Amino acid sequence: MESPNGNKPPAHSGDGVLIRLENVHKTYDLGEIQVHALRGVSLEIKRGEFVAIMGSSGSGKSTLMNILGCLDRPTKGRYFLDGTDVSQFSKIELARIRNRKLGFVFQQFNLLSRTSALENVELPTVYAGIPQAERTKRAQESLARVGLSDRADHHPSQLSGGQQQRVAIARALVNHPQILLADEPTGNLDSRTSVEIMDILQRLNDEEGLTVVIVTHEADISLYAKRALEFRDGRIKRDSLTQNRLIAKDVLPTLPALSDADDEEETAAAPGARDAPPAD
Amino acid sequence: MDFMNILRLALRALARNKMRSLLTMLGIIIGVGAVIATVSIGQGAQYLVQQGIQSMGTNAVFIAAGSNRPGGARMGFWAVKTLTMDDLHAILREVPLIRQAAPAVMSRAQIVYQNQNWNTQMQGTTPNYFEIRNWPVESGSVFSQDEVDMAANVCVLGTTVANILFDKANPIGQTVRIGNLPFRVVGVLESKGQSVMGTDQDDVIFAPYTTVQKKISGITWIQFMNASAVTQEASLAAVPQITALLRERHRIRPGEDDDFFVRTQSEVADLANQTQSVMTLLLGSIASVSLIVGGIGIMNIMLVSVTERTREIGVRMAVGATESDVQNQFLVEAVTLSMAGGMAGIVVGLIGSALISKFLTWPTLISFWAILIAAIFSGAVGVFFGFYPARKAARLDPIEALRYE
Repeated sequence: MESPNGNKPPAHSGDGVLIRLENVHKTYDLGEIQVHALRGVSLEIKRGEFVAIMGSSGSGKSTLMNILGCLDRPTKGRYFLDGTDVSQFSKIELARIRNRKLGFVFQQFNLLSRTSALENVELPTVYAGIPQAERTKRAQESLARVGLSDRADHHPSQLSGGQQQRVAIARALVNHPQILLADEPTGNLDSRTSVEIMDILQRLNDEEGLTVVIVTHEADISLYAKRALEFRDGRIKRDSLTQNRLIAKDVLPTLPALSDADDEEETAAAPGARDAPPAD
Repeated sequence: MDFMNILRLALRALARNKMRSLLTMLGIIIGVGAVIATVSIGQGAQYLVQQGIQSMGTNAVFIAAGSNRPGGARMGFWAVKTLTMDDLHAILREVPLIRQAAPAVMSRAQIVYQNQNWNTQMQGTTPNYFEIRNWPVESGSVFSQDEVDMAANVCVLGTTVANILFDKANPIGQTVRIGNLPFRVVGVLESKGQSVMGTDQDDVIFAPYTTVQKKISGITWIQFMNASAVTQEASLAAVPQITALLRERHRIRPGEDDDFFVRTQSEVADLANQTQSVMTLLLGSIASVSLIVGGIGIMNIMLVSVTERTREIGVRMAVGATESDVQNQFLVEAVTLSMAGGMAGIVVGLIGSALISKFLTWPTLISFWAILIAAIFSGAVGVFFGFYPARKAARLDPIEALRYE
């Protein structure tokens, strides 16, 4: 009901605007009833931003993520990605956009089993029609960016959860996307590994200027972003710049070292195992 | 995405599940192998029949005493006394389509040489019989027309009889005893092997028909004649002429049954070929059922695979695979399975038919067409049974697929 308040991003679409949503609605028609997942969302994200999308389940944050990720189209409203209105793109055009401009990271890592890390990272380049030699080169570069060059031949089952998520990030980066979209990237990881993943995302954002959008329901993870959007009932309830932003690089030394157990137990970490990160 | 990339993706996906891929192929391997093996057996049988028919002599016409009416009371040609040498001469005289004819007077004979003896079929005939049957001697010669006229005690042996009585010795010029009569062996025939019916054609002894009629059987008639027409077409055209002539000579009134029957070699050949074709078709279609079952197996596994790899499909779509990329990958996976299965099946079929011909001494004939059709068919099975699962995979909603547990 209320209009978005808090720290309002600039309304005009300058050169730096990468994502612009104009009054986006998403309605799911379930026969008898209609579910309004998004009820008029307007939003701008600039190049080089690091945005966390927050909200409880059913708030519409996942629907927004799917639309941002070009996996779904808005029922109403417009979505400009890098200056192009993609809201009415065909499935094939959307697939192409996903391939060239977007990189996805998932909560479940979603690596192909019995397939080496290198081949997993290569996957998007296959659909980009890149020649085999170039593919391998790019995949190796991408693995190097997440510090896993030495694990290129390992299969997912031979990697820890954190390593798997890093492979997934490398896969998302391999086609040099404009935006990295991460859906609960730390949801299956223990607290230290979560911070390690946030460190990688922060570095990509700071050092390479990559635009990062993450969805999370955990407030402490959202503190690593520069800006937080909070969703409720299909609307943006709050849009604010992060006060007291956490820098993962600084947080890591304060955490108990778990790296010895890294290879076995981190995927089994229960939510309760996550301690509140220390205030900076 | 180009074909080579899709093929590579499909091969990688199959390699990730080697055991399953192999088991899935097994259905097609067995199906194609069965088709190849059974068709080769059927064609081998057909070849055998054709060989047998050719060995009977081309353009052959067979005229036998006795009724050929199916059903009804039939008398065997042993018992009917109406067919005679006069009929044979009349046919040669009045049916110009018939070039030559030889009589057959049949008898069982106990044949003795020194301490060996053997019970066999004795056939009285004329020298041109061997021409009509296209049956040359291996050694010696056949008896002459003079010897027929004189009812001489001479005989020509089939190889089976010669081997039993003489073992390795040379029978030519030796005297054997048939009943109480001595017969001089003048020739041994070449081996003709088994007949179409499976009997040993070499277990026989030939003598002048006059000798058999007068000295062995004590009869004046003949049981059948082997004739030869000028051409294969003529053999068919001669049948009604011979029938009319013999009915007239035997004074059979219209409406009454013939007391003889006429059959041409081409009729027999057609019948035998037809039977064999039906056999081959039947065997082939039974085997095709297993090929279809194999195809259903592929569809089954591909459906399981689509369900099991739902997330993978979601990921592929999320990183930029289009619907057609996904569909093509699964289709190529199915076709790869069925084609590889088909190739292996062809090898299995070839080995199988080789084993059958070796251990069952049944001739098999590998048909190039059977192999080609099996290869094409196995590919088609892959496309047909792979399409539905591939379509299902391509139609997945990437959001749902990524969320799939």
